[in-house]
Amino acid sequence: MTAVETTVHGDGHGHATNTGVSNEKVAMWAFLGSECLLFGALISTYLLYRGKSVSGPTEPADLFDIPFTSVSSFVLLMSSLTMVLALAAIQRRDEPRLRLWLLATALLGATFIAGQIYEFTAFVNEGLTISTNVFGSSFFVLTGFHGVHVTLGIVMLLSLWGLSARGKLPPEKSETVEIAGLYWHFVDVVWIVIFTVIYLVP
Amino acid sequence: MTSVLEPSTTLELPPAPPDPVLRRPRNTQGFWGWITTVDHKRIGIMYGVTAFVFFLFGGFEALLIRLQLAQPNGTLLSADLYNQLFTMHGTTMVFLVVMPISAAFFNYFAPIMIGARDVAFPRLNAFSYWTFLFGAILINSSFLLGGAPNGGWFGYAPNTSITFSPGHNIDFWIFGLQLLGIASTVGAVNFIVTILNLRAPGMSLFKMPVFVWMTLVASFLLLFAMPIITVALFLLMFDRQFGANFFNPAAGGDPVLWQHLFWLFGHPEVYILILPAMGIVSEILPTFARKPLFGYPVVVFSGIAIGFMGWGVWVHHMFAVGLGPVAVSAFSISTMFIAVPTGVKIFNWLATCWRGSIRLSVPMLFALGFVAMFTIGGLSGVTHSVSPHDRQQTDTYYIVAHFHYVLFGGALFGIMGGIYYWWPKIFGHLLSERIGKLHFWLWFAGFNLTFGPMHILGLEGMPRRIYTYDENLGFDYWNMVATIGSFVIAVSVLVFLYNVWHSRRNAVPAGPDPWDARTLEWTIPSPTPAYNFAEVPEVHEVDDFWHRKYGEDDEGRMVKLAPPDTEGSLDIHRDDVHLPSPSYFPMVASFGLMVIAYAMIYRNYVVAVVGALVLLGGIYAWGLEPSSEPHDDHGHDGGGDAPHDADDGGEHKGVEPADTPDAALGVSSGTAEEVTS
Repeated sequence: MTAVETTVHGDGHGHATNTGVSNEKVAMWAFLGSECLLFGALISTYLLYRGKSVSGPTEPADLFDIPFTSVSSFVLLMSSLTMVLALAAIQRRDEPRLRLWLLATALLGATFIAGQIYEFTAFVNEGLTISTNVFGSSFFVLTGFHGVHVTLGIVMLLSLWGLSARGKLPPEKSETVEIAGLYWHFVDVVWIVIFTVIYLVP
Repeated sequence: MTSVLEPSTTLELPPAPPDPVLRRPRNTQGFWGWITTVDHKRIGIMYGVTAFVFFLFGGFEALLIRLQLAQPNGTLLSADLYNQLFTMHGTTMVFLVVMPISAAFFNYFAPIMIGARDVAFPRLNAFSYWTFLFGAILINSSFLLGGAPNGGWFGYAPNTSITFSPGHNIDFWIFGLQLLGIASTVGAVNFIVTILNLRAPGMSLFKMPVFVWMTLVASFLLLFAMPIITVALFLLMFDRQFGANFFNPAAGGDPVLWQHLFWLFGHPEVYILILPAMGIVSEILPTFARKPLFGYPVVVFSGIAIGFMGWGVWVHHMFAVGLGPVAVSAFSISTMFIAVPTGVKIFNWLATCWRGSIRLSVPMLFALGFVAMFTIGGLSGVTHSVSPHDRQQTDTYYIVAHFHYVLFGGALFGIMGGIYYWWPKIFGHLLSERIGKLHFWLWFAGFNLTFGPMHILGLEGMPRRIYTYDENLGFDYWNMVATIGSFVIAVSVLVFLYNVWHSRRNAVPAGPDPWDARTLEWTIPSPTPAYNFAEVPEVHEVDDFWHRKYGEDDEGRMVKLAPPDTEGSLDIHRDDVHLPSPSYFPMVASFGLMVIAYAMIYRNYVVAVVGALVLLGGIYAWGLEPSSEPHDDHGHDGGGDAPHDADDGGEHKGVEPADTPDAALGVSSGTAEEVTS
């Protein structure tokens, strides 16, 4: 009758849940499920319009610089590795390393975005804009949506870096880094699909 | 409602340290108390009241439509205004009425029915509400800003592209729906986490009330359906504002893509609208038949099956497009097939009533009305699955009749039943039975008078969305009947409003359990205290509360047990109940979203950036403030009955759970979880 059961977890680990997984982590998984449908619809749109353009650069392969995009894709995939290292660091209670790897992840992500901006500019100079044809529309919207996701991820990583620098991300809150990591890895995995569909499928 | 929150508990707090942006609100009273609330019950009430106001809007639009069509060659409305009204009627009733009223019930009752003190993310919950409200205001403000959306609630492109709809009408629709989509997605995540994670000890998934189950299924449908319409709306936006070609046939764009995306969202949406009402009815029928729900697991599995199969039927909205015999046959069969789990539910409801001791109270009348009217709507739906038949009916009033029988005869009947059923729990007094019965019979008669004749009009060939018809077409008589019926519905709504006013004036406290009901919300006082449960309940059976009240004697007859000790649970130390603190920031973030939306409509990208900064600032401030203030005192009010929402959290460790957390059974989590998102 007296001690009302309340679970207050200063460390952010909601172990006392029915599933044993914290609320925040279940929420992130649910959100990523929703994101799957978002990218699914965009990728389907891109595939539907493959080869349907009636004017402009109808042969997208002529525009693509596949080695360049492969390198920037590699950079993005490496950022998943540094993200894992960041999580491992906070779990070892090594906060300086955590900040180092967070910054490295954000930097790799930013490099990918810089590559995308360069690529977009090159395409526009070669005469492909969002309104040129359905290829242009679906290409820019699909890769643009992905770019926005990476950018939001960078903001998230830099926010974590700032929190940690101000001492507000103690090792007890390592799950926050883990959840940000879930998002970051998801965005990377989606890029593998997009890269394959746009650049590699003949 | 505010009476449960004693002012004294909020006045004696120590001064808070200055907050960098806004001082944390601590007053839970009055206007600002509601604006900053994160209490799921208050948010539920705000959802319900807002949605009801929009129900009056949408109903008024419907009355104008019916007045225009009452006689041949009507002159009340211009063609363009008629287009705006039917578009806004559909958009309002789907997105601003049925969905948010269902969200109101989810919000208020789903946490209580699983024995939780709040939802998993209370501030995110407030954010959902504000985003919904601002989205609703944005869409409706179009009436004053140059014309409302006029492309139908389905917004078929390229009719809605910039070539054919050059004004801002469609832009309001696009950005309004985007805001509502954000609100729904965020709400769905919140409810999925709440139901999966915050159940009371012993409340395994298959001991949950059916309403909670249907909430869960509908939330998953929202989670997966909303991103699809988000993409469709973005594609249309890029076409309209940035010259993309997604729906421009001249450049190779495919208008059928819009239809696929819209209906791949739109059909699950139909189940998002109806499943909560099915859940409500599954709570009302057992209570008033005084029998357990017949085949509880079958009802639950049917709901889940509908949730899965709802993804495989969308093309039946597109039989007339010309997708070829294979696609049409396949979706014909899948559409017939989805009638099976729905039919199973109807038989379960009938079997629940069979040989029960039925009390024909108002909630029961609406629930029975639901079963009957929804069956009619379901049967006309089966006739659509037969594609040759559907070719005849497409774009006629027969379709209008069908979906009003499922959405009005189904969803709104269920919702009205829910309002009468749960009113005493929310406001502490019952609605008048006598006036309620008048409401029901007017509503029932008006509904059938309005939408029954539309079957006939449709089969006679009256097309949808026409703003006039000639007098020699033979449509006069039934159109006049339908218009009269619509005004009978309007009178019944006035009777309901009178009932609300009358019952409030003559309020008699209803007590915790006025219906002799079965689920956990009836174990606690009415109106619900801020902390919901003084003591987190332990659950042993489906309909646990019923089993605490009734047992069986040696011969298997039902006998009433000694009254459960409900009073005892009321005088625990409320110091130990921690609730999340109120916050401004969910509303600030939502407001930023609305600024972005208006700026995008008027293509003022500087203002859009300002809105984005407001959004970002709101999110940062939200992320940096703890879910509950460590400086808010426990409020040592001498163990009086006054609960308080002052709270401890964040760095405070609180009272640890007595049990070791058990992953399988689970231990209820309180509400003071630190919220990081």
